[in-house]
Amino acid sequence: MELNQELFTPIQESERISSGIVRPSVTYWQDAWRRFRRHKPALIAAAVLLVIILGAIIIPFFYPYTYDQQIRTARNLAPNLQHLFGTDKLGRDLFIRTVYGARISLSIGIVASIINLTIGVIYGGISGYIGGKVDNFMMRIVDVLYSIPLILYVILLKVVFQDTIKAAFETTFLRHLKYLGPELILIYVVLGSVYWVGMARMVRGQVLSIKNNEFVLAARSMGASGWRIIMRHLVPNTVGQIIVTVTMSIPGAIFTESFLSFIGIGVSAPMASWGSLASDAYKGLASYPYLLFFPALAISVTVLAFNIMGDGLRDALDPRMRK
Amino acid sequence: MTRYILQRAIAMILTLFAISTITFFLMHAIPGGPFTREKPLEPAIIAALNEKYHLDDPLFKQYTDYMGDLLRGDFGPSFKFRGRTVNELIGAGFPITAKIGILAVLVTVILSVPMGIISALKQNKWQDYSFMFLATLGVTVPGFVLASVLIYVFCVKLGWFPVIWSTTATGWLSISQYILPMIALSGYSMSFITRLMRSSMLDVIGQDYIRTARAKGLSEMRVIMEHALKNAILPVVTYLGPTIAALVTGSFVIEKMFTIPGIGYQYVDSIGNRDYTMIMGSTIFYAAILIILNFLVDIIYGFIDPRIKIGNIKEA
Repeated sequence: MELNQELFTPIQESERISSGIVRPSVTYWQDAWRRFRRHKPALIAAAVLLVIILGAIIIPFFYPYTYDQQIRTARNLAPNLQHLFGTDKLGRDLFIRTVYGARISLSIGIVASIINLTIGVIYGGISGYIGGKVDNFMMRIVDVLYSIPLILYVILLKVVFQDTIKAAFETTFLRHLKYLGPELILIYVVLGSVYWVGMARMVRGQVLSIKNNEFVLAARSMGASGWRIIMRHLVPNTVGQIIVTVTMSIPGAIFTESFLSFIGIGVSAPMASWGSLASDAYKGLASYPYLLFFPALAISVTVLAFNIMGDGLRDALDPRMRK
Repeated sequence: MTRYILQRAIAMILTLFAISTITFFLMHAIPGGPFTREKPLEPAIIAALNEKYHLDDPLFKQYTDYMGDLLRGDFGPSFKFRGRTVNELIGAGFPITAKIGILAVLVTVILSVPMGIISALKQNKWQDYSFMFLATLGVTVPGFVLASVLIYVFCVKLGWFPVIWSTTATGWLSISQYILPMIALSGYSMSFITRLMRSSMLDVIGQDYIRTARAKGLSEMRVIMEHALKNAILPVVTYLGPTIAALVTGSFVIEKMFTIPGIGYQYVDSIGNRDYTMIMGSTIFYAAILIILNFLVDIIYGFIDPRIKIGNIKEA
């Protein structure tokens, strides 16, 4: 075959463009955001949560009353313009107490979930990556924990350590953190350290399914340590599922805290969580039912919003799970 | 199958041993011991009490003694109720709690499985929407709020039920006293199982073998009840363990609110009273009951789902 100059023509500008990449490539997060945006209920739920969180942060700064202020002239008032949600038997404004309760309840949900996340990701990551006998042993422990009714140990840990931690906050360097309240910190730690089992199982499953990919082999051949491979290569690839699991676990922590408050071992007065507000309200239920209504509504709306947002996030971040 | 049961049984016994040990050492890690009061007792009295309850023994001896007693099913004396043993207290409360618990599990399954099936079959019709609305409500309202509302509406406003649980011989047999606690107790699980049943039924009726059954000309009733239900109900069986656990947790609150003298009530009371042996005994008792029930559910599951074979346990 003979080739000569006439057979070749320079490429036209238009042709060059048509074979090029026209649209910018879509990253995982852009793609996820696009899917999430189409899920209207999840979007609304996210907006509701944003309003609740911002309200919890901002409102106490310029509201005329504080959560523990007792207004002697305004006891047991029904909801009115002055006190939107009414007042309790000590004359405390229920609106600001509910807002303040949002701080406590939401922070418990979020902090406990983050502690769970940390323990679960490390445990599940190590177990899945090393595999073999180590994995087997670590998963047997998880099985045992899974079969134990953990709520009993939440109660037990709370009972056992509440005096110790109170003393620690009086005497040691922790007294500088006293404004946070020792009981609150104990609840963070107890809820966070007990409910990581589900997260560990999830992360382990994910790590098992991706650890034989070439990029892991490549990292290993370049001499990356096991820890680095887990934290830099394996965990970031499961971040979608991790976010979904965390979102879904926040309502559980809020429920558990309200349950603890109700049986009398939650945060102590004058601090208020939604659970302790509802618990206080129960004692005067026959005469002042509105005291129960608002904290209960707050819990339900928040839990519902987290669940709906979690559904939306799962559809967006984990397309394989979509029904 | 025998190997499966045996493996599970060994795991269960190890778990029971572990939780008893953990519970024992946790309770003994409480600073000050059980006789610390707002107003301190005389040192001599504390010493006498310590001797009486063998709290002056070395910790390890206390532990082996306690474990030995546990093996004989003896939880020791109550610190709060002098002269009564933890066994007596649990023995008095457990029948009541168990009765409400069993009723609640039955009602939950009997109501929520059909609701889930109907929701799935009438997908996106009003039946589906109304059941799903109820189910969503059920998982977002905490049990004690539901109980408060029930008490307010039916006891305080309408006066249909007594507010206070009557412990008279006739009182506690009357079924009407069980109704409200049962609803409050099973609200969450009922909602959850309805949703579970719905999604699992939707999954199953989309499968080929259901189309085959229909193509054979079977009635819709038989297709659903005989062919679809068998597979669709499996997730519900798996969820029975957590359901029972949720009911137990619920019982702490519900029994307190409805003043039902079950073990949940006593447990919450013992936390308030710092009755250490009672807390320890109740925790171990509760945990043991739940672990044994979980074990039974596992075994039942192994029987009804032939896909679970001994080899698969590791993945399960």
